[in-house]
Amino acid sequence: MVIHSIMEKDQDKILSDVTSGEYKYGFYSDIEMERIPKGLSEEVVRIISAKKNEPEWLLDFRLKAYKHWLTMKMPAWPNLRIPEINYNEIIFYAAPKARPVLNSIDDIDPELRKTFDKLGIPLNEQKHLAGVAVDAVIDSVSVKTTFKETLAEMGIIFCSFSDAVKEYPELVRRYMGSVVPYTDNFFASLNSAVFSDGSFCYIPKGVRCPMELSTYFRINSANTGQFERTLLIADEESYVSYLEGCTAPTRDENQLHAAIVEIIAEKNAEVKYSTVQNWYPGNKEGLGGIFNFVTKRGMCKGENSKISWTQIETGSAITWKYPSCILRGDNSTGEFYSVAVTNNYQQADTGTKMIHIGKNTKSTIVSKGISAGHGQNSYRGLVKVLKNASNARNFSQCDSLLLGDKCGAHTFPYLEVDNQTAIVEHEATTSKIGEDQIFYCNQRGISTEDAIGLIVNGYAREVINKLPMEFAVEAQKLLQISLEGSVG
Amino acid sequence: MLIINNLKASIGGKSILKGITLEVKPGEIHAIMGPNGSGKSTLAAVLAGREFVEVTEGSVTYLGKNLLDMSPEDRAKEGIFLGFQYPIEIPGVSMVNFMKTAVNEHRKHNGLDPLSASDFLKLMRDKKELVEIDSKLANRSVNEGFSGGEKKKNEIFQMAMLEPKLAILDETDSGLDIDALRVVANGVNKLKRPDNSFIVITHYQRLLDYIVPDVVHVLYDGRIVKTAGRELALELEEKGYDWIKKEVENNVLS
Ligand SMILES: Nc1ncnc2c1ncn2[C@@H]1O[C@H](COP(=O)(O)OP(=O)(O)OP(=O)(O)O)[C@@H](O)[C@H]1O
Ligand SMILES: [Mg+2]
Repeated sequence: MVIHSIMEKDQDKILSDVTSGEYKYGFYSDIEMERIPKGLSEEVVRIISAKKNEPEWLLDFRLKAYKHWLTMKMPAWPNLRIPEINYNEIIFYAAPKARPVLNSIDDIDPELRKTFDKLGIPLNEQKHLAGVAVDAVIDSVSVKTTFKETLAEMGIIFCSFSDAVKEYPELVRRYMGSVVPYTDNFFASLNSAVFSDGSFCYIPKGVRCPMELSTYFRINSANTGQFERTLLIADEESYVSYLEGCTAPTRDENQLHAAIVEIIAEKNAEVKYSTVQNWYPGNKEGLGGIFNFVTKRGMCKGENSKISWTQIETGSAITWKYPSCILRGDNSTGEFYSVAVTNNYQQADTGTKMIHIGKNTKSTIVSKGISAGHGQNSYRGLVKVLKNASNARNFSQCDSLLLGDKCGAHTFPYLEVDNQTAIVEHEATTSKIGEDQIFYCNQRGISTEDAIGLIVNGYAREVINKLPMEFAVEAQKLLQISLEGSVG
Repeated sequence: MLIINNLKASIGGKSILKGITLEVKPGEIHAIMGPNGSGKSTLAAVLAGREFVEVTEGSVTYLGKNLLDMSPEDRAKEGIFLGFQYPIEIPGVSMVNFMKTAVNEHRKHNGLDPLSASDFLKLMRDKKELVEIDSKLANRSVNEGFSGGEKKKNEIFQMAMLEPKLAILDETDSGLDIDALRVVANGVNKLKRPDNSFIVITHYQRLLDYIVPDVVHVLYDGRIVKTAGRELALELEEKGYDWIKKEVENNVLS
C-alpha cells in the first residue's frame, strides 16, 4: 500500500510534468575533459589501452578486433536509412579530467555530481532510491559505483569494467567475448577495439542479489562516440536484476553509441536485464540524435537457467538492437519484452533472437511497437530451434500501434526449426489510436496528451509490468512524453 | 444554462444544422426527436466540441460563457456530458483507470485534491449500484467487448460518476431491453436536481414515460420545426413524422 501511494503521487507528477514536454535531459555539463584526437587507427586503439594501463592480453584482443573490423562493412539488411558515418570525425575516448580515486562522494567533481543530480541519479548513497546500486558512466568512463562495499560483503562484485580488468582479470578474461565474439558483427567488432568502460557484475554461487543493480550511461561531450561494455555473470543458483538507463545532450550532429552487453547464466541462475533507453532522439525535423547500435546477448549456459530482457526504447535517432538468448542449458528459458517508440523522424529496427540448443528450452517474445509522426518501427526476430533441441517452445507476440498516418510499422519474423517436436507460435496485431477514442476521452475531461498516455500505457502494460517497480513509473512517464505532440 | 442562437453548422462543406435556436434552463429536461439523419447527433457533436463539425453561424452560450471557444475537455470539466449514440471502445485502458483519470481531472478543475484510491473505489461502488451495472464490467477495458446495451448502461454509469450540469443523452435508450431502459431512466431521475439539466435525444416515446420531459422538440432537416409539451411525443408515436414534414412544406410554400 505504501508503494501504491508513492506510485499515485508520481502519477500526478507525470501529468504536471507532461505539460512542459520536450526532451528533458538535453543539457550539457561543462566538465573538464580529457579527449584524444579524433579518428580511428591502430594507434588510437593502443592509446586507449595505454590510458587504461591494460594488460597485454586485452590490448591483443582490441587489436585483433580492430583488424577484423577493417575487413567488415556496415550491415545493409536493417530496415533503416542510416547516413554515412565518418569514423575519422569521431573522438573515441573522452574522460573527465584529473579523475581521483573516488573513495567518497566528496571526491566527485561538483559539476559532475550536479549532472547526475539533474538526471535524478544522486550518487550519494543515502539519498538514493533505497535498494538500488548505481554505476554511473559518463562519456568513456565510469565515475562512481554506489553500494560497492555493501555488495562486496555478499561476495557480489559490482564495479566499472576498467576496475574489473585490474582486480578480477581472470573472470574478465574467461568470460569476455564468450557470448559476443569480437568477430560477431560490424559494431561489435568496433566496440571490441575501442570500448572504454562499462559495468562489470559477478554474482557468486547461491547468492540472490538483495538490490537492483543499475548502470546509468550519459553521453556529454560533443563529437565523441560512446562504446561501453557490460559483462554480467550469474553463477550457479544466483539471481540478479539489473537496469540500465541512458541520456544525452541535445545536439544537431548525430552521435554514435555502439555498446556490447554479455550475460552468462550458469545452472539454475536467473538474470533480469531491463533497459530504459532515452538517448537524445533528434529534433522534430529529424536533426541530430544518437545512433544506437547495440549488441546484447545472453547465454543460458547451465540447466534451468533463465535470462529475461525487458526494454523500453524511447530515445535515439536510430536504434539497431536485438537482445538475444542462447538457450544452451537443458530446461533453460529466454524472455524478451520490448516497447519501442518512434516519433518524429526516429527509426528503430529491433527485436530478438532466441536460439534453442538444449532440450525443453522455452522462449517468450512480446514486442510492442509504437509509431507516431514520421517514425518507422520494425520488429525483427529470429526463433531458431536446433536439431537436438527436443520439446522446444516459443511464443511470440508482435503488436504495432500507429498514431497518425505518416508513420510505419513492419514485422520481420524469421523461423528456423530443425526439430519436429518444437512448438512455435506467432501472433501479430496492428492497431491505431483513433480520433474517436481521443475524443471520447476528451469528452470525459481528459486532455489529448493524457488520453494518448492512457492508451499507450494500457497497450504497453504487459511489458512495463516486467520492469522493477521503481522504474515502471519512470517508463510510463517517458512513453507519454516521447509521444507528445504526435496527435493533432 | 444553455442558450443556442441561430446555430448553423456543416460537415465537409455540407450544411447539416440550418439555424437552431433553443434555450435550456436549470432543472429542465428537453427531449429532441426527429427522423434519421435530421441532425440530432450533429447538434450533440457541436455542443461537445467535435472538430469535424464546422460552425458557420450563430452562437452557443453555456453558463454565461461562449461554449464554442472552449476545448472539448474544458467543456466536459465545466459540466457538459455527452452520452454517445455509439460509445467508443478503448482496448487496454481499464474502466477504473479511465474513470479515475476523468474524475480527478474534474476535481483538479474545481480546485479539489485527487481522490485517494480507497475513496475512488468507494465512489465507483456506489455509482455502480445506483445504475445497477454489473460489477465485472467496471473491471474490463473501456467498452471493449461490451454488448450494445452494456455500452449504453456504461454511459449512464460514467454520467453518474461525473455528475454533470448538462447531460446530453444521444439515443441512450436505443437497443435496451425493458429492464435496462428502466435502469437508464432511473439513473437520470436520481441525478436530476433543480440546478442541472438534460437534453435527451430519442426516437421512442416509451423512454419519456420514465423520464418526463418539460419540453419536446422535433428536429427536421437541421431545424427545430416544432416545440411543445410531452404530449407531442405521444402524437409523434401515433402519427409518425409525415404530418410534420407536410406542415413544414406548407410553411415553406405559404
Ligand atoms: N462524419 C460525417 N461525415 C459526413 N456526413 C455526416 C457525418 N456525420 C453526420 N453526417 C450527416 O449529417 C446528417 C445528420 O446526421 P446525424 O447523425 O446528426 O443525424 P441524426 O439525427 O442523429 O440521425 P439518427 O436518428 O439516425 O441518429 C446525415 O445526413 C449524416 O449523413
Ligand atoms: Mg443520431
